[in-house]
Amino acid sequence: MTANSFRTQPPARANSLRQQPDSRGHFGTFGGRYVAETLMPLILDLEREYRAAKADPAFQAEFDDLLEHYVGRPSPLYYAERLTETLRKDAPAGHGAKIYFKREELNHTGAHKINNCIGQILLARRMGKTRIIAETGAGQHGVATATVAARFGLPCTIFMGAKDVERQKPNVFRMKLLGAEVQPVTSGAQTLKDAMNEALRDWVATVHDTFYIIGTAAGPHPYPELVRDFQSVIGTETRAQILKAEGRLPDLLVAAVGGGSNAIGLFHPFLDDAAVAMLGIEAAGRGIATGEHAASLNGGVPGVLHGNRTYLLQDEDGQIAEAHSISAGLDYPGIGPEHSWLYESGRVDYIPITDAEALDAFQLCCRTEGIIPALESSHALAALPAKAREYRDDQIIVVNVSGRGDKDIFTVADALGVAI
Amino acid sequence: MTRLSAAFAQGRPALVIFVTVGDPSPAATPAILDALVEGGADVIELGMPFTDPMADGPAIQAANLRSLATGTTTAGILAIARDFRARHPHIPLVLMGYANPMLRRGPDWFAAAARDAGIDGVICVDVPPEEDDALGPALRAAGIDPIRLATPTTDAARLPAVLEGASGFIYYVSVAGITGKQQAAQASVAEAVGRLKAATDLPVAVGFGIRTPEQAAAIARVADGVVVGSAIVDLIARHGEDAPGPVRAYVADLAAAIRAAHKERP
Repeated sequence: MTANSFRTQPPARANSLRQQPDSRGHFGTFGGRYVAETLMPLILDLEREYRAAKADPAFQAEFDDLLEHYVGRPSPLYYAERLTETLRKDAPAGHGAKIYFKREELNHTGAHKINNCIGQILLARRMGKTRIIAETGAGQHGVATATVAARFGLPCTIFMGAKDVERQKPNVFRMKLLGAEVQPVTSGAQTLKDAMNEALRDWVATVHDTFYIIGTAAGPHPYPELVRDFQSVIGTETRAQILKAEGRLPDLLVAAVGGGSNAIGLFHPFLDDAAVAMLGIEAAGRGIATGEHAASLNGGVPGVLHGNRTYLLQDEDGQIAEAHSISAGLDYPGIGPEHSWLYESGRVDYIPITDAEALDAFQLCCRTEGIIPALESSHALAALPAKAREYRDDQIIVVNVSGRGDKDIFTVADALGVAI
Repeated sequence: MTRLSAAFAQGRPALVIFVTVGDPSPAATPAILDALVEGGADVIELGMPFTDPMADGPAIQAANLRSLATGTTTAGILAIARDFRARHPHIPLVLMGYANPMLRRGPDWFAAAARDAGIDGVICVDVPPEEDDALGPALRAAGIDPIRLATPTTDAARLPAVLEGASGFIYYVSVAGITGKQQAAQASVAEAVGRLKAATDLPVAVGFGIRTPEQAAAIARVADGVVVGSAIVDLIARHGEDAPGPVRAYVADLAAAIRAAHKERP
């Protein structure tokens, strides 16, 4: 169905905010291709191949078909009636916006990550690559990558920090069931950024036959662009669905931002709609002031890491800091370059939400809607009480429920002091 | 003639040695650098430690973390370079590292500070020619050579872009991979160096995977310079504060092997 198509987006206009990046992969001063020379020829190849794929109706048709029949798209846009009513009770008269959930947690593998993996594995096959690698933090992108690698019969190695391997045993086992090799990374802090370093180290030695499926809208150009394009199915569907349900566009979009792929996927098709406000939620961990957080925009400065220039958590000498969040999927010291650009341009607001606020929202969503959200998505949900009060009751907020929370129940139990 | 071009104009291949500054400690680095000179190094690459050295293998990754753990700072690295320059007016120094520490205070600040510390060239691993604007203009304005990397994946179509704006020397990364791993086949190195020399007048130094005097000698028969890094870093890891003696002896063996190989050159 063409509604899924990553090319089927509203027409661009002059001064469009949807024309980024430039031909060199820059979003304003962000993005770019900061990689070792060994990788440059492959990065240039990938860009050429992506342009060709984007223009190829057969590629498009296969992508759409897999999203519909394998992933289960379109994902519903759901009116969260009980949450709306609950929040309205605390709102001033005439306030308490109508809240819709974009149900990405209903996708195959339980999160939005699969949209991008389908697109990238089709590119890998098109380029004749015979081996897949990926990095993963919590394991969601690793599971999605292992899934598409199994579906297309390609061997797959997932790099995962040794600490995360220990913390995320169910996902490690899922990846192995799907036939992937999970390579624990013992360098550095043994978490997501070190897994990404190790994937890059593998790739630089295997460029001839290996495709690197990056999990978020970051990394060297053209990754931020192509991941965004594959994830834009979220916003494209939302636009059609809200027009059908309400006859108009939403007033506010809300999404959590780690690397930022679910957020850019929701936001991008609406960037030129000036009446649609957007809110990205960064993980504030134990609070920005404590230094233990993962809020690159609210607590970082621009720098260069993992192939792109973007906001980073770092010290005065440019050494990268460790991120902290209760949500493993947001626990990264950088952010996709397009978000850095949207932040500086003022088009999107980015606010921090702490571990404690996310935990409250997690429980509220479970009890009012019967949906167990991922801790990542819980950060977005945590912005709703304040925003619902601020917006009138005839206004509409769409929040991206990017993933389901089954994977997080042990973390949540631990945080709540419950033994299971 | 710059210090770098003089180092490559001695009528024999130059020995280029890489060490990570601040490993095992900032205080121990000056004596190690002096040992490199005494052993016969012609060019010294000062590795700037970074938390995320994604082009490096286990040996140099570990050296980066050891260095940072002992409190190495950018100011400390520049001070070590400045003091070295006062002791050794003629040995060229090349800063090698990653973009983020180099760009943290802006490219102009970095280039000026490096120049004032007596730095001759800069190798920034993750700034390819496509992103030259980020650092190249500032280095050139400060009179510092931006040294470019060529690799086995740098094909003929791409080579002109790599050579454009390069100076000092060309660093040929002889294996597609990370530092300290396998060594490239001699024939492929000879072929690649020939291809580079046909396209540029700059000296070509070859690195990655060269560990022993025998390997260094083989490369010296075909290149203008031989870069040894991980093997020295391993020695420093093993001997810690007592590294200068063993490092001096090993560098002397490498230098002797290179000089002997050059005499046999057809």
